Amino acid sequence: MGIEILGLPMMYYIAMVAKVLVAFVFVLLTVAYATYAERKIIGHMQVRLGPMRTGWHGLLQPIADGVKLFFKEEIIPSQASKFAFLIAPLIALIPAFITFAVIPFGGIIEVAGYKIPLQIAAYFDTASGRVYDLNVGVLYILAMSSLGVYGIVLAGWASNSKYSLMGGLRASAQMISYELSAGLAIVSVFMLSQTLSLNEIVTQQSAFNGLGWYVFKQPLAAFMFFICSLAEINRTPFDLPEAETELVSGFCTEYSSMKYAMFFMAEYANMVTVCALTATLFLGGWNGPLATAIPLLGPVYFVAKVYFLMFVCMWIRATLPRYRYDQLMHLGWKVLLPLSLLNIVVTGIIGYFI
Amino acid sequence: METLFFAFITLVAIVSAILVITCKNPINSALSLVLTFFCLATYYVMLDAPFMAAVQVMVYAGAIMVLIVFTIMLLNIRVDATKAHSHKVVLGCIIGFFTLINIVILLMKSRVALPTGPYSGNMIKQIGHTELIGREMFTNFLLPFEITSILLLVAIVGAVILAKKKL
Repeated sequence: MGIEILGLPMMYYIAMVAKVLVAFVFVLLTVAYATYAERKIIGHMQVRLGPMRTGWHGLLQPIADGVKLFFKEEIIPSQASKFAFLIAPLIALIPAFITFAVIPFGGIIEVAGYKIPLQIAAYFDTASGRVYDLNVGVLYILAMSSLGVYGIVLAGWASNSKYSLMGGLRASAQMISYELSAGLAIVSVFMLSQTLSLNEIVTQQSAFNGLGWYVFKQPLAAFMFFICSLAEINRTPFDLPEAETELVSGFCTEYSSMKYAMFFMAEYANMVTVCALTATLFLGGWNGPLATAIPLLGPVYFVAKVYFLMFVCMWIRATLPRYRYDQLMHLGWKVLLPLSLLNIVVTGIIGYFI
Repeated sequence: METLFFAFITLVAIVSAILVITCKNPINSALSLVLTFFCLATYYVMLDAPFMAAVQVMVYAGAIMVLIVFTIMLLNIRVDATKAHSHKVVLGCIIGFFTLINIVILLMKSRVALPTGPYSGNMIKQIGHTELIGREMFTNFLLPFEITSILLLVAIVGAVILAKKKL
């Protein structure tokens, strides 16, 4: 491994490409099978069987759905604003995926004498013996999640249809109001961790045999962050932008074929991202008993936590009815926002005296 | 490599900045402006200022531009026939030309200065950009910081009073 390109060893590039591929394929597969899992879980909760026909217990259903959507006719409304209409699904999909660049999904593993931290935007510096990652990781995630709203707003506006526009307007109002509380809930986490780097936030939760999670220190913040994130990605019970009973299908009413599939994928990719983020910030990331001793256990714990949170999302969807619009705004601005501010003040006071 | 990257980003920045003023559709202009903001954020990253880059994307691309897009959508400005008045074009050309001369003269006279002062690139890497900004903001620049926050509070209260018809 003596070859160096631009002052970095060859292994650096191989490791980077490998990490990107693994994370990307993992998210894509999870997205595909999350749709299946959601239908199956909700089906069983409502005493139905869910998809059963395609493959054993419907296991091939996501692939069949993908093929079906791929071969459907693509319709662009004649009065639509073409450029924005075409680019909106991409803008919705990309922020959901690139957030994964900063989420650590494991500890440091050693391949052929080269230490690789299992986080895409990170490298191990042998000279100083520490991992360097994006030092504004949390801010990066907030920035990316604030971009997600563009896709939906554009889709709503560009379709030139009443339902789409209503859906787009609702979505943007909702996402802007809940982004605030989600951001403030994270603030209380980095008041404890005193860093914005996700790698260090995870490392600091490794106390008590890998169980020193922030959810025990900040239960309110964890709860609020999860609720606000659900609202921000428009999941039930906050899925007003695509409320079928009033808006047909909201912002994606006019979309068909692969573009519709892209919005669908963006929704589930957002769900994976939010669950991964909640696991990282509040549930100790890849930490767990013995995770530091056996490096390969890290990703296992991480994936288990993410899947558990995704199950909770689906559980909520099967259980709770949709909020009314004024209730949603009331909850966001008059309940969650003051609570998150209060949480910051209390954290500050306690942090000052301890 | 860095120069090549810089050239590429600059190209994107210039093209998108031109698109902002040439696009017929206001939404497309707004999108180009978002792209320009992204290029600016990339410059901040290249200048060892990741915090500024994140804030640039979060505040400008994520918050201010969303509001602008929102306004455009609500006002529903469709492609309208904006007539180019010839006297406006001439005036714009003259102003643009003099600005260009100004910039060229300034660039010819100036020389590239190396970064000076206590904050070197290495120090930013060791301590962290956010920490350094926070430390300065809450010690040496505490008064301007507090004055700014009071100004923002006044603005918020003013907006609420203006928006609310009956107090």
